[in-house]
Amino acid sequence: MKKRNGYLTAGYILTGIIAVFVIVGFFWKPYDPTAMMTGPKFDPPSLQHIMGTDNFGRDIFSRVLEGAGSTILISICTVMIGAVAGTVIGALTGYFGGIVDEVLMRLNDALTAFPSVLLALVIVGVTGGGKYNVILALGIVFIPSFARVTRTAFASIRDVNYIKSVRLMGANPLRILLVHMLPNTLSVLLPAITIGFNNAVLAEASMSYLGIGIHPPDASLGYMLSEAQGMLRLAPWYALFTGGVIVAVIFGVGLIGEGLQRRGKETL
Amino acid sequence: MLEIKDLRVRFHNRSRDAVAGVSLKIEEGEIMGLVGESGSGKTVTAMSVAGLLPRRQCDYSGEILLDGKELLHADRSILRTVQGRKIGVVFQEPMNAMDPLMKIGPQVEETLKIHTDLKPKERKALAIEALKAVELHNPEEVYGKYPHELSGGMCQRAMIAAAVVAKPELLLLDEPTTALDITVQAQILELLKKLNAESGISMLFISHDLNVVRKLCKKVAVMQRGVIVESGNTDDVFYNPRHEYTKKLIDAIPTRERREE
Amino acid sequence: MKYAVKRIFMLLCTMVIVSFLAFAAFELISGSAADTMLGTQGTAEEIAALEEQMGLNRPFLTRYFDWFFGFFTGDIGTSLRYNQPIWQLIAPKLGVTLCLSILSFMLIIVVSIPLGVRSSRYNTGVKDGLWSSITQFFMAVPPFFTGVLLTWIFSIVLHWYNHGQFPGLKENFWGSVGYLMYAAIAIAIPRIAMTMKMLRSTIQNELSKGYVRTAISRGNDRPKVLSRHVLKNSLVPVVTFLAQTMAEIVAASVVVEQVFAIPGLGRLLVASIADRDFPVVLALVVILAFWVVFIGMLADIINQYIDPRLKLGGDRK
Repeated sequence: MKKRNGYLTAGYILTGIIAVFVIVGFFWKPYDPTAMMTGPKFDPPSLQHIMGTDNFGRDIFSRVLEGAGSTILISICTVMIGAVAGTVIGALTGYFGGIVDEVLMRLNDALTAFPSVLLALVIVGVTGGGKYNVILALGIVFIPSFARVTRTAFASIRDVNYIKSVRLMGANPLRILLVHMLPNTLSVLLPAITIGFNNAVLAEASMSYLGIGIHPPDASLGYMLSEAQGMLRLAPWYALFTGGVIVAVIFGVGLIGEGLQRRGKETL
Repeated sequence: MLEIKDLRVRFHNRSRDAVAGVSLKIEEGEIMGLVGESGSGKTVTAMSVAGLLPRRQCDYSGEILLDGKELLHADRSILRTVQGRKIGVVFQEPMNAMDPLMKIGPQVEETLKIHTDLKPKERKALAIEALKAVELHNPEEVYGKYPHELSGGMCQRAMIAAAVVAKPELLLLDEPTTALDITVQAQILELLKKLNAESGISMLFISHDLNVVRKLCKKVAVMQRGVIVESGNTDDVFYNPRHEYTKKLIDAIPTRERREE
Repeated sequence: MKYAVKRIFMLLCTMVIVSFLAFAAFELISGSAADTMLGTQGTAEEIAALEEQMGLNRPFLTRYFDWFFGFFTGDIGTSLRYNQPIWQLIAPKLGVTLCLSILSFMLIIVVSIPLGVRSSRYNTGVKDGLWSSITQFFMAVPPFFTGVLLTWIFSIVLHWYNHGQFPGLKENFWGSVGYLMYAAIAIAIPRIAMTMKMLRSTIQNELSKGYVRTAISRGNDRPKVLSRHVLKNSLVPVVTFLAQTMAEIVAASVVVEQVFAIPGLGRLLVASIADRDFPVVLALVVILAFWVVFIGMLADIINQYIDPRLKLGGDRK
């Protein structure tokens, strides 16, 4: 009997809606996000501009689409770097153990104690901003947390009987890791990916808000929020919509993570 | 003193009754054994008596009478006045059943703290007395130790001390020796016999091991799939089993005595 | 006690390692400070002279140890931009950030612990779904967005405080605390939700353990089971989590100080990054790292006292 998982459903719906908007936004936006005077300045939300306009009369909805698209894209790339590298490191150290494992894990402990967002901030700040530096810095900073999660998962099933028996049958380690072990670690890896994604969104937005990450002309929700803060008095909706989209993205993916975690617990 | 009448329990996520109409009677000062394999419903029966059924997750019916007082459907607040005070429980794995962060002394005293107005000093004296009664050496020292500093056997003795410290009328023992070494097992059984002889406390002893039950209990009931298939004096059941299942259980005992017969 | 001494020694080791890594990394990335100061106009002789004057031509390790011991004597280098000792730059801002961190931390504890304990009642059904969804939602609210919202509501609409006019701790302590309170709320909201969730799952996990059944069998009611047994047993993971929270507060305060224009370490960090004033950035990173490592050690020592099994170096199981 399969139980309905409300978190997953709600998460998929919310994330799905955002995804549809963002994907459509890549190809078509109601206005050019950088075009000025598409309407009056500081126009409150209306039918022409469903999120209103800013100080240059730019259409906020188009800008939010652009910003959300780039923030999400950056976060996906970041998580992919972190998850792939982290899983490889975690799988190898978890499966083989030994001195390398010991050293890497100590290093890992030291790294994860320090807030990753702060570390990424400093790295990007020192090496200079820009899309690719942000992706690289965040990706690297997220490797340790993924490595830790997968290492624990791999180490815990390393000595389980069915893995032992595959090993006795003479399967090579790579096959064991990929075919037999990886699918069994998905129940912890997938929630970790959703958490990593949310941290990436948060980190990217924080950095851009501080003016350290993405620079114009590249759009980012964080940068737009800092822009919006200056216009709070005249166009509070700008801040509300940009911030609201960030919340919606993190909330949606967070729900999926919670749902996956609960499903993982049930099947255990 | 304890009477179970037609007890039925079914957990919501199961399709079969865990207990399907069990009736049982324990007289004053009697040690009753309840035997069966895992899943036979013996533990659920005991937990119903101890008031530990997760009521929201199961349907239950029947009656459990302790000195004529109904417990199965009793209000939680009434149940709490019985738990510990009239019924003491000893669980299977002593290490798991003890609070790992609380010293032995306070754990033994806890029942007194809940049910009596004794002063801390008096409580401590009673606790040490109880620890002495379960034949722990240096009860004062054990009093100040944490569970992880004791062996499994010592822990189980402390658990028994905690269960009897408030002088309950009935002691429920849920496989109290299963997790222990054979030699320690024998010592604990001796201890239980002695407690029963000295204080006249009634016991319901649950085990999957017919042999252990034979050493301790005068009477025995054999459970299978939620019902009692056979009961009576231990010797009768042991030497003249009438039910197929009981025969199988006896056949499964690999003891020296049996091989000699 | 012996354990505490051992821990402090380990702390020192970690501090050396962390600071060495940071020092080396900055050396690699930023190049010579003399280059930065003179810009592209500097001739080779001028650079060499300045390096001589700043002591940059000494061996790497010598410079590292001089700099490291500077943390204990108060001499951690000179700001390139302001040309004054970094310590003078940092000292007045330390109190502000510390104050903000403590406020946020207290807020998190005071709100999340009662709510977390309360919400642990439900692990299935509608109420569980409601609690989980609400916590999940608040976990999604980034501190800088809350900060902007609070600014809008309390400064612009209600005029409760003047945005951007931090009174200063010395000049007006309580006024400053009031101002910092808004920032603390912004930092605390998502962390409160996370702590609640964590506390809830820890307590629910503990409730399924054998000793809880024992406690009930003795006649404890639910509040007593919680207060006598479960809470203490839940404490170790919670203390560890709160130490992590303390570190995350520092990270969040970097951003939130910017939102509220609070003159703290975070703002100095962001400004120094923008100015490419690397000695200051390095000093700040290392100070924050020390703080994080120190909190971690404190949490470990506290946990030893809560759980005597940890003293034996054993695992909690």
